[in-house]
Parts: sequence; C-alpha cells; structure tokens
Amino acid sequence: MILGWIIFLPLLGGAAAWIAGRRSAGAARTLALVAMALDLALAVAAWSGGAGASGWFAEFQCPWLPQFGISVHLGMDGASAPLVVLAAFLGLLAVGVSWRGIGERVGFFHFNLLWAVAATQAILLSLDLVLFYVAWEALLVPLYFLIAVWGGPRRGPAALKMFIFGQASAVLMLVAFIALAISHQRAVGSYTFDYLKLLGTPVAGAAAFWMMLAVFVALAVKLPAVPLHVWLPDAHEQAPASGGVDIAGLAVKVGAYGMLRLVVPLFPAAARDFTPVAMTLGVIGILYGATMAFAQRDLKRLAAYSSISHMGFILLAVFAFDQTALQGAVLVMVASALSAAGLFFMAGVLERRFGTRNIEALGGLWSAMPRAGAATLIFALAAMGLPGLANFAGEFLVLLGTYREHPVFAVLAALGMIASVIYAVRLMGVIFHGPRKDERPVKDLSWREGAIAAALVAALVWIGIHPGVITANGKQNFTAAAANNASALHDSNTEGGR
Amino acid sequence: MLELLWLVPLAPLGGFLILAVARARLGRRAVATVGVGSAGVALAAAGAVAAGFFALPAAGRVYEQNLGTWISAGDLAARFVLHLDALALVMMAVVTLVGFLILLYSAESMAGDEGYARFFCYMNLFVASMLVLVLAGDLLLLYLGWEGVGLCSYLLIGFWYREPANARAAKKAFIVTRVGDAALLVGLLVLFTQMGTSDIGGLLARAAERWPTGSSVATLAALLLLAGAVGKSAQLPLQVWLPDAMAGPTPVSALIHAATMVTAGVYLLSRMHGLFALAPAAATVTAVIGAATLLLAGTSALVQRDLKRVLAYSTMSQVGYMFVALGVGAWGAAIFHFVTHAVFKSLLFLAAGAVIAALGEEHDLFKMGGLRQRLPLVFWTFLAGAASLAALPLVTAGFYSKEEILAAAWAGPAGGRWLWAAGAVGAAVTALYTGRMVFLVFFGTAKREPSQQPGWAMATVLVILAALSVSGWWLDPRWLLGGTEIAATLPVRLAGTAAALAGIVLAWYFYLRRPALAARVAQSRAGAALGRWWIGGWGFDWLYNFIFVRPYVWLTQLGRDELLDGPFRTLGRTLDLAHAGMSWTVTGRVRWYAAALAAGAIAAIAVAVWR
Repeated sequence: MILGWIIFLPLLGGAAAWIAGRRSAGAARTLALVAMALDLALAVAAWSGGAGASGWFAEFQCPWLPQFGISVHLGMDGASAPLVVLAAFLGLLAVGVSWRGIGERVGFFHFNLLWAVAATQAILLSLDLVLFYVAWEALLVPLYFLIAVWGGPRRGPAALKMFIFGQASAVLMLVAFIALAISHQRAVGSYTFDYLKLLGTPVAGAAAFWMMLAVFVALAVKLPAVPLHVWLPDAHEQAPASGGVDIAGLAVKVGAYGMLRLVVPLFPAAARDFTPVAMTLGVIGILYGATMAFAQRDLKRLAAYSSISHMGFILLAVFAFDQTALQGAVLVMVASALSAAGLFFMAGVLERRFGTRNIEALGGLWSAMPRAGAATLIFALAAMGLPGLANFAGEFLVLLGTYREHPVFAVLAALGMIASVIYAVRLMGVIFHGPRKDERPVKDLSWREGAIAAALVAALVWIGIHPGVITANGKQNFTAAAANNASALHDSNTEGGR
Repeated sequence: MLELLWLVPLAPLGGFLILAVARARLGRRAVATVGVGSAGVALAAAGAVAAGFFALPAAGRVYEQNLGTWISAGDLAARFVLHLDALALVMMAVVTLVGFLILLYSAESMAGDEGYARFFCYMNLFVASMLVLVLAGDLLLLYLGWEGVGLCSYLLIGFWYREPANARAAKKAFIVTRVGDAALLVGLLVLFTQMGTSDIGGLLARAAERWPTGSSVATLAALLLLAGAVGKSAQLPLQVWLPDAMAGPTPVSALIHAATMVTAGVYLLSRMHGLFALAPAAATVTAVIGAATLLLAGTSALVQRDLKRVLAYSTMSQVGYMFVALGVGAWGAAIFHFVTHAVFKSLLFLAAGAVIAALGEEHDLFKMGGLRQRLPLVFWTFLAGAASLAALPLVTAGFYSKEEILAAAWAGPAGGRWLWAAGAVGAAVTALYTGRMVFLVFFGTAKREPSQQPGWAMATVLVILAALSVSGWWLDPRWLLGGTEIAATLPVRLAGTAAALAGIVLAWYFYLRRPALAARVAQSRAGAALGRWWIGGWGFDWLYNFIFVRPYVWLTQLGRDELLDGPFRTLGRTLDLAHAGMSWTVTGRVRWYAAALAAGAIAAIAVAVWR
C-alpha cells in the first residue's frame, strides 16, 4: 500500500495546492512542498526497507478490469527503487526551485507539477502494461500545460511538438501491448496485461520483432535517442525559466527506465537481433549530443543535449546483455538526472538575474558569484564524467559491460569523453571566465538557492564515491530478471518446437 | 607508523574541504595556515610512514591499506586501496616534500593576490589528487587521481581567469590531456576485461602469466596506457598544451607543470613496467617518442623569449629523457631523473618567479640582465638549478641522473645508437639554452632595477632546493627500487659528459663573450626562419588548429540549429498542405459532390473491369 501512497500523495497535494492557490500563493507552495517532502520520506522508507525474499521491496495488486486481465499492479525493485526516490527528490527540489520564479496561477502550476511527478512515479511502479500506458499518457498532459501556460516566448509550438511526439509514439506502444496480450491469450487461453505474467510469452519471430520495434521506437522518442530527440531541446528551452518543470517532469528519464524494463525482458530474442542498430544509435547519440551541446547558446538547450548524450549510454547498456552494464545504466539514469537538474537550475538562477539564458552574453561572473560558479563547475564536471562524481561510475560500468562483447561500440563511445570535456569547459569559460560583459551588480546564490545546489552536489558526490548505494540493491533483482530472460528464451524455443 | 598512510592523501583533502567551505570567512593567515599546514601534515605523515616502511624486513617491503569499496559490479571490485612499495614511497616523498616547499613559498609569493584562499584550495586538492595517484593500489583509483590532477591543472592554469588568454590556455590543457585520458580509459577496459581485476598487483601478475612476450593484446594495452601518459606528460603528439600552461601562477608551474603532474605519465609507465616488458614494440615506441620530444622541445627552448616558456619546453624535454629511459627498460633511471628533475626544475621555476616578481611581472629574457649583484640569493640558487639542468659534471644531481639515462640508451637491453645520439645532442642543446637563460638574466647590463627581494619563506625554500640540486648522486633511489645495473663503457659516459660541457661552453661564447654573433645568427635568413618555426613549438599548434579545432567548430556551428529538425518540419508542412488541399474540396456545392461521386464510381468500375 505504501506504493499507492507514493503515487497518491502528489495527486492529493497537487489538488490541495490548486484549491489553496485561489486564496494564497504561499499556501499553495507550502502544501506542494509538504506533499513532496512526505512523498520523498515514503519513497526512502520503501527503499531502505530492503528487498524481500521475492526480490521486491514492496508490491501491491488489486483488480481493475478483470475480464481483460488488467489490474492495478504496483511493484518496486532494485531498478525502480532508486528512480522512485530520485523522482520524489527532484520533485521536492522543483517546488523549491519554482518558489520565486512562478507568479501567475500558482495553485494550478503546482497542481500540474505534482501530477507530473505522480505520473512519473506511476510509470516507475506499474507492473501492468495498461496501467503503465495510462501513466505514460498522463504524464504528457500536465507537462503540456506547464510549458504551454508558463513557458517562454515560443512555448506553444514547443509544447505541441512535445505532445505530438509523445502521443504518436505512445500509440505505437499501446498497439504492441495489445498484440502481446493477444499472443499470450492464444498461447494460454486468457487475457492478461500483467507484466510478470507476460514475461516469457511465446511470440513468433517476425511478430516479436515488430512488437519490439514499436515499443523501442516509443521509448526512443521519450529517451530521447537521436534522431527522434528534436522535441526535447525545444521543450527545455521553452519550459518555465526557473527550471522546476525541467527538473520534475523531464529530467527523470522514464524512457530509459522503459528500455530497461520492457524491451529486453519482454522480447529478448528480437532485441538481441536488434543490438547492432540500437548500439549504433546509442553511440551516435553520445557523440552527437555532446557535440551539439558545445554549439548551444542557451544553457537549457545545452543541458538538454548533454542529457541526450548521456542517454546514449542507456542504449548501449540495455543491448549489451550484461549485468555490469545494466547496473551502470541505473546509475547513469540517476546521475544524469542529477547533473542535468543542476544545470537547469543554474540556467534559472542566471536568467532571474540577467534576464537571459544566452550564455554568450555573460562572462567573468566568477568573482561576483563564486558559489554559483563552484556549483556550475561541479555540475559540468559531473556531466562530463569526472571520476568521483556520480556519472563516471555509471558510464564506466556501461562501457565495461559493453566492451566485453562489443569493443568497437565501447571505444567509439569513449570518444564521447573528449566531446564532453569540450562543452564542459566552454560552458564554464563563457559564463564565469574572461572579462565581465554585464557590469550590473549581481547577487550570489541566496540561501534557498544555495541549499538546492548543495543538495544536488551532495547527491552527486555521495553516489560518485559510493555508487554501491544504488547498484547494491539492483544486483539480485537484475539477476532475477536475467534468469527470467533465460527461461523466457527457453520457453519460446520449446513452444516453437511443438 | 604505517597505519598513518591514509593521512597522507586525506590531510590535503581535508585542507581543501575546509578552504572550499569556509574560504570567505577565513583571514589570510588562517588560509595560509590551513593551506600550508595540511601539506605539512601530509609530509610529517609521509615521514612516519617511511620510518615504518624501513622497519619492515627488506625482503617484503609492501604495505596495503584498504579504505573501502568504490565501484563494485559484476566481477569488477574497485577499492579505495592504498599501496605502498618502494616506487610509491619515492613518489610520495617527492610529492609531499616538494609540495610542502612550494606551498610554503606560495604563502609569501601569492600574498598580494585577491584569490589567495582559492589558490590554496585548488593547490590542496591537487596535492591530495597527486597522492591518490601515486599511492593507488587499484588502477581505477589511480585513474581517479589522474583525472583529479588534470582538473586542478585546469583550474590553476586559469587561475587568473579574467584574462581570456589564461582561460583559453586552461581549456586547451584540459581538452588535450583528456584525449590521452580517453585512450587510457580504453586501456583500462582492455586490462579489466582481460584480467578480471582492477588491482594493479594482481593485474600485472596475471598479465605475466597469461600473455606471452610480444602478444598483440599486451601491446595494445601498453600502447593505450602510453597514449594516456603522453597526454599527461606533454610528449609528442599531445605536447602542445604545456607551453601555454605557463599562464598560471609560477608556483603552479613549479609544482604541477614541472615537478609532479607532468611526470605522472612517467610514474604510470614505471608502475606498469611489467606490462611493457611483455610488449617490446610499445616500449620502443615510448623511447622514440621520448627522443623526438626531447629534441623538439630542446630546440624550441633555444629560441623562446619568455623565461617561463623556456622552462616549460625544458620540462617537456627532460620528461622526454625519462620516456627514453622507460622505453629501454631502465625505469629505475627514469625515476632517478624524475627525482632530480622535480628538485631542480621546481627550483628554477621558483627562482624565475622571484625574478619575474622583482621586475614587475616581466617575462621577457631580453628585457632582463645584470641581476647577478642585485638579486644575489636568487642568482646563486638559480645557478645551482641551472647547473643541475645542464648536467654540470660531478657536483650536480642532474648530471648523475642524465648520465644514467644516456648509458642505458646506449647499453641497456633495448637501447640503441640512435637513441643515445639523440640524448647526447639533446644534452648539448639543454646546456646551451640553460646557459642562454642564465647569461641573459643575470649577466650583461642591467636593464631594470628589481623592486623586491625574496622574503624568508621564499629564501628558505630556494636554499633547500638549491642544496638538493647540487647534492650529487645521493638522490639516486635505485638502491631502493632494485632493477639491473647498467654497465656502459667509460668512453660512452665521457662522450655524454662532453656533449653537455660543449653546450655550456657554446652558451658562454654566444651569449656572454660574443653576444653580437648570437644576434647575427638569429637575424640571418635561415636563423630567422628556424627561429619562427621553433618558437611556436615546430608548428603543431597551427597544424592542430587547422585539422581539428576549426573543422569541429565549423561543424558544430553548422548544426547549431538542429538539422535533424528538417525532416520533421517537412512532415509538418506536408500535412499542412494536404489539409489545405482537402479543405479546398469541401465547397458545399452538391453538384460538385455528385459529380465527384459519379467520377469515382466510374473510375472504380473501370479499374474492376480492366483487371
């Protein structure tokens, strides 16, 4: 039941904030903050409880549409637990980040913000494909409003672009889910959309390939993978300046989670055949994202491309069929979200002070804003994969796991190290070094901003020197998933033999 | 006492944390106390550890201290493990001693700088990272220190960040070394995957068991490590960042870009020398790179006008000697030269810093002169360092270490005549540019009056380092390291010595006896052309700018507005057009609809009949 509350708390908090927001903006903010703090506490409690003998930290199931085998089935394992905590943590920070940046319709803003967090949590916890799909679609709606109402000057097209990309791809995924359920019905005789029951469903080769492809494309859009990424930089660019929406709604990579959870476990054989294509896309994403990040003038677009680059590692890891790489993937998801959140936050900090995110209009800010400079430096270093910060641990494990079977892809991906340092030092140089371009007096981080930056830095350093906090729990569960895969392969083979 | 090993890297790390968190609230005195004190604690702890180390029985002098697990997944289990053996002890001693002395010097020399706290903050992080690098028992932990020192180098080159040139030099250093780091990381992937461990000792033992000499995997792994070392140690073809790195404060140049970080590559290859023994081809490449670099850098040093850039090229050249030694299998001689070089080169930088500060930030050699009587302490200490760099026979430490390398290049197991010849020519060139530097700065007519003399902290440091520079052979650590003795014949040794002496005499003749002649050579057509070519380090900057930097920038500017948006925009426009076309048919006129209906029906029937 704790899992249900993790989803319900932001829903309730959001609704309460909307109602309270009609009277007082402060009350709406406070309610949202309290709801997210409680949500984080619950998530941490569920996580620290440890996994039971079944491999699940917590599980919950009640029927929904039993005639189609659809139920509300929630579960938290080593792969989802760190991400659930991350989503709650970033949700809390997002409320803090938006404390001063949002002045209009504050109640409705927090309603959308918290519902986006709730939808993210629901995606991470769903073990029923219909529920997963509903949560997937539900995430798009509050995000659309958040960008279209409070966003930048070209918010309308950007929000629409995000919505169309998300919607079109999600339909593909739904078709694949239904086809999978029908295959299962033909083999077993009853409908089910339960993830655990669908694992190992025998599907004929070509059909399995098309289902896998549909799910893959849907997730690749959300991830995003090059060349389906074009909606993300626009969405980030036009999202509200303060950065809260980027942090709460877009930084937690549900696409990456879906890749891990759905593609290989449900369609292992088809996915294996698809490996060269997926890995090529991954390597292209790593290099393309890092290279494009170098060219950006808008700090948020820069962070978006940096995060596209990180997601290339997810594709490598998912298709490496390797335990080490999978553990690295979970680390990459968490670390990339944290470092990107830091950069989005700094973009908001700078925009509030200078009225622009064009980093080329800034310069020489180190002496005026040493704390902001140090924080940005650490976020940029994390993003470029400096050892001792979280991203390195994840990326290294992914590379190591990939190298075993696919050395060429691993070596090409390692070239991303060079591209990433180039954008990181440019970012620092353009904003903080050189002569001051804007001579107006400027204040360094306030205590509220300092606390947010410190929380992100602490998380990056802590995970960087002790990545076991995330991978240790993943281990047994991924082992179970791999065993499932093996048995699934076995089943499908024997099925084909009959 | 050995249990104090953890304190050696963690004391400067603590200093870094204190300064990072509280730097705004600390006074200058407190900053200096924390900044220098933490290095002092590390030095004291290193002394205690060394005492414990020598108390161990001579046969098994190794100590390991495990401070916990870092990254553990699959069969990788990287630990925070410190490993102390003879090599690590030598490195630790040099890093803590030279580090402490340079920080003490900086407490005075940086006193007027607004970024005083920031300086010590970065420097402490550097010392901590460097100690992690040399004490790491795990290759991935070594890599942590490796990247850490690179970061500090970036931060400290760009220390005076308002000047765009400094910021550019910092970026260049970070990016160029990162190219080597990427290769090193791939090397780690190869080693970890093949050997199933990241522990350095275990890894080398397994490599010796599993890989035959000359095996292609061993060669590949060795070459990848070499690429990493080449980046960090500013050797061909990744040497371009070091001269520009002189944009940082002089103590930074002394500590990072002369004594310690630049020699990290030498340490890495010494630490992994077992691997290079399995890969003779990679070892040969190492020696050739070293020989080429020492000549390139030596000739470039001959024509520089900036005092610090002379020293930078000189550093490159001396590290080239160490690479030659590593390549011919004499890694003990490489470490010997590392020790003496750390002492005399940091001395030269610190003394040069005193000169530059006394002349009001003047870097140009040709605007100095006659400082012998005006800055006597600086002169005598600089002279000691210069003598050591030029390998003045018998008294100087640099003579003994360079002599060993030349002997190894001639007579060592993988030595060769050409390597020796390059080293001997390089020795003459070294003496020539060293003499040029000394004579131009301290002799001749005075062009400017020095404005300040070094205070007690700077003076003490200079004198200690000068004493070590002329201390002869006893800095030789090879009795501790073990390894084979090199027996070169006396004529070979004498020839090497003669080369160095010839260089000194030539310098005296050119720059003191007949300065007009030197000027005439430099202004002749061939001399001027050569000078232009050499002053820019043989044109590598120009080349790299042309083949890497500009295409990359051009390409990224081209794609800045997301070319991949194009197909999606086209799709959108097509849909718009289709929509407009369809709307056009919705006219509301029934006759049109009926006509279209009829036409459609006829067409359908026609198709059906036709088939």
